[in-house]
Amino acid sequence: MNPDMTKWAIVAIIVAATTAGELLQALGMRHMGEIHDFRPSALGRLAASLVRNRYIAASFGAMAISFFAFMSLVSVADLSFAVPATAASYVFETILAKYVLGEHVAWKRWAGASLVACGVGLLSF
Amino acid sequence: MDGASRLVFKTRVFTVIVVLSNVLGNFSLSFGMRRVGRVVSLSPIAYVEALFNPWVAFGVALLILWTLSHMALLSWADLSYVLPVTAIGYVLVALAGWAFLNEQISTARAAGITLIVSGVVLVSATPLATFGGAEKHK
Repeated sequence: MNPDMTKWAIVAIIVAATTAGELLQALGMRHMGEIHDFRPSALGRLAASLVRNRYIAASFGAMAISFFAFMSLVSVADLSFAVPATAASYVFETILAKYVLGEHVAWKRWAGASLVACGVGLLSF
Repeated sequence: MDGASRLVFKTRVFTVIVVLSNVLGNFSLSFGMRRVGRVVSLSPIAYVEALFNPWVAFGVALLILWTLSHMALLSWADLSYVLPVTAIGYVLVALAGWAFLNEQISTARAAGITLIVSGVVLVSATPLATFGGAEKHK
């Protein structure tokens, strides 16, 4: 595979894995409810219940794929390419937040996510 | 402090932790991986070896902090709120490159920074949480 195709194949893996991972993480944390108590004993109990949460377990799997693919990408490409190239996940995640998580994505959020994705893309120039 | 102000304060504190741990973690990881060399492999051994580089290890530690603080933030705020707001980290990376590494901010990069800041401002003006039919104070 030529170097450019390798880079873009890794970018596609990162975008897909990040989108799935963050969506699953948000689903899992919704099931846990708002974290109020940040004392070590409470955080220990929280960690124990997090490892039993199947959404969180699946999100760690997806985030691990995304992380190792990102490590590969920064070993063959500049960080100034690697970070902006993965910006497409903003748009996908906003779409899925509306349809899968049931969030109310008002026009300000659509506009904000699109501006951020375009802005991150421009940073690579 | 009432419930709404407490939530706004908590969100701001966690947003700062998420942004800084992500920016510094990615920088350290990238710096370390440049020293380790090319790693494109399906075998986990190459990645485990890379973790012995102190910059890679420090980057990974910060990215673990980023994951945990991001998870905490998602326990009370929308994903479609958290994602764009934490993107301010990209602006910090570009400004740090300009201030500390003498990198040039081209017209395209300046436009990118402007778009990201505008996006973050727009999303910050929306309620923190809308899932489950509840709209929490922004």
